[in-house]
Amino acid sequence: MARMATTRRVAVSTAGAWLAGFLIFFPILWMILASFKTELEAFAIPPSFLFFHWTLENYATVQERSDYLHHALNSIIIAGGSTLIALLIAVPAAWSMAFSPTKRTKDILLWMLSTKMMPPVGVLVPIYLIFKTVGLLDSRIGLVFILCLGNLPIVIWMLFTYFKEIPRDILEAARMDGATIGRELVYVLTPMAIPGLASTLLLNLILAWNEAFWTLNLSTSEAAPLTVFIASYSSPEGLFWAKLSAASTLAIAPILVLGWFSQKQLVRGLTFGAVK
Amino acid sequence: MGQITLQGVQKAFGPVHIIKGADLDIADGSFVVFVGPSGCGKTTLLRLIAGLEDVTDGRILIDGKNVVAVPPAKRGLSMVFQSYALYPHMSVRGNIGFGLKMAGLAKDEINRKVEAAAATLNLTPYLDRKPRELSGGQRQRVAIGRAIVREPKGFLFDEPLSNLDAALRVQMRIEVTRLQKQLGTTAIYVTHDQVEAMTMADKIVVLNAGKIEQYGSPLELYEKPANLFVAGFIGSPKMNFVTGESALQRGAATIGVRPEHLKIERDGAGGWPGTIAVAEHLGSDTFLYVDAGPLGMLTARYIGELSLHAGDRVSLVPDPARIHRFNEAGNAIRG
Repeated sequence: MARMATTRRVAVSTAGAWLAGFLIFFPILWMILASFKTELEAFAIPPSFLFFHWTLENYATVQERSDYLHHALNSIIIAGGSTLIALLIAVPAAWSMAFSPTKRTKDILLWMLSTKMMPPVGVLVPIYLIFKTVGLLDSRIGLVFILCLGNLPIVIWMLFTYFKEIPRDILEAARMDGATIGRELVYVLTPMAIPGLASTLLLNLILAWNEAFWTLNLSTSEAAPLTVFIASYSSPEGLFWAKLSAASTLAIAPILVLGWFSQKQLVRGLTFGAVK
Repeated sequence: MGQITLQGVQKAFGPVHIIKGADLDIADGSFVVFVGPSGCGKTTLLRLIAGLEDVTDGRILIDGKNVVAVPPAKRGLSMVFQSYALYPHMSVRGNIGFGLKMAGLAKDEINRKVEAAAATLNLTPYLDRKPRELSGGQRQRVAIGRAIVREPKGFLFDEPLSNLDAALRVQMRIEVTRLQKQLGTTAIYVTHDQVEAMTMADKIVVLNAGKIEQYGSPLELYEKPANLFVAGFIGSPKMNFVTGESALQRGAATIGVRPEHLKIERDGAGGWPGTIAVAEHLGSDTFLYVDAGPLGMLTARYIGELSLHAGDRVSLVPDPARIHRFNEAGNAIRG
């Protein structure tokens, strides 16, 4: 009896999980489907789910009208560059706050987080003017810089929590075992911090890849990443659903694939420290 | 050799004095237990000896050499932590051998020593496992293996058994004691568990509020506690303390009698009369918690079964030879 009840509960929760997963995935699925429809079918009512005239013409048009590879390269440079620089700054910062905190550490962390509470649009005009004055408008360096600053608080917070999870006892054990600071770093700390570092890197990469506010406002063509590429299909002449979907599918494809393959690493990073 | 001497060791964190001057002589090869309530400074004292904390004042001598300025690894001591503190990404072999690797030993020598240590601790089948694949007791043994493989002058144990369940704790207690005797290495062991202290130690250091209250063998502490604190801390159940008339008659401010030194008389008029509030029957022992009116609650222990129950009137007669007397300041009055 009890076993049957358990089986049924497992079945119900499995079905529930699938349903929730499907609901979350549905908009992406719909977008991918729409990208293979003609413009007419894309907003037909009632919508057709699978039985429509499949076409690749949207992708062809999109590639013809705008240079996908150019924007994709910009996205890679901007997301990758801002993530790497953020990590370079955040690792030592989080390190020192986690392992030798002072009276002010908590305040500093809160202050960093507080910068994320302000809506970015609040500083759009000053930032725009500064960028214009120093000639950073529509430049990759400018976008790397602004996205790096924008995500830095989150990166530091994440790394700080990961580093904090590393038990002090283990570092002390290494000291008792005769490890110098350098060897402690190489043999003990780094291997233990890698899952946390990896998931921070991935998350930040995804955040920077998808960042639209600053990229849309501070770049037009030269430095424009994929977000601008997508937005260009919402034009004054009207919304082209099918082409917009094709552009979006192309834009999210790389990060989706990356996320898919690093799922294990992401989950491991997020559950790091659960093992005692 | 592993003779450890503390001379006027003090430790303060800012204005807070954790250790208020500790003097101690630990003979080579002895097993010394630091015991005291939580917050008494026992772990801090151990960490000072380990070198994980710097002393504020005083000297720590290992084999006659002042090591206050010597880094932890060079003091020749090894430590077993409460949380085991194993390196989670290394195998058991890597964990035990890490200290040797840091010391720059050759690979085959490390392997030989690690395997010998693992054999002593019955860890040979687990050498290639990761700590997360081991049980609590096995992890503890790896931590001990990491300590013994370096052949230190002394072992420092920081409440190593407190994460284990009761049955395993008793077993590991015996293993640690036997291992220490077999190796003949000086050991300092911190615990808040007085049973561990009494059973494992050659000598016990009772600490309270950063001060050493008494240093002596387990039986010395039991039979001749130096003050009220030690008298109350060592022994289970706790010693009974009586003040007032009964104490004054014996020329003391407070007298103390252990539960096992109270004779229980069913309806005697002598001694301290009272009513049983709770009777605990363990078969091997009977514990009576007696409400003795103005004297407060008294605990009496009877070896074996005694068929008395809550509500029964009894009289408790202290064994005159086993009465401990304390003065106003709480110090023992001898003679």
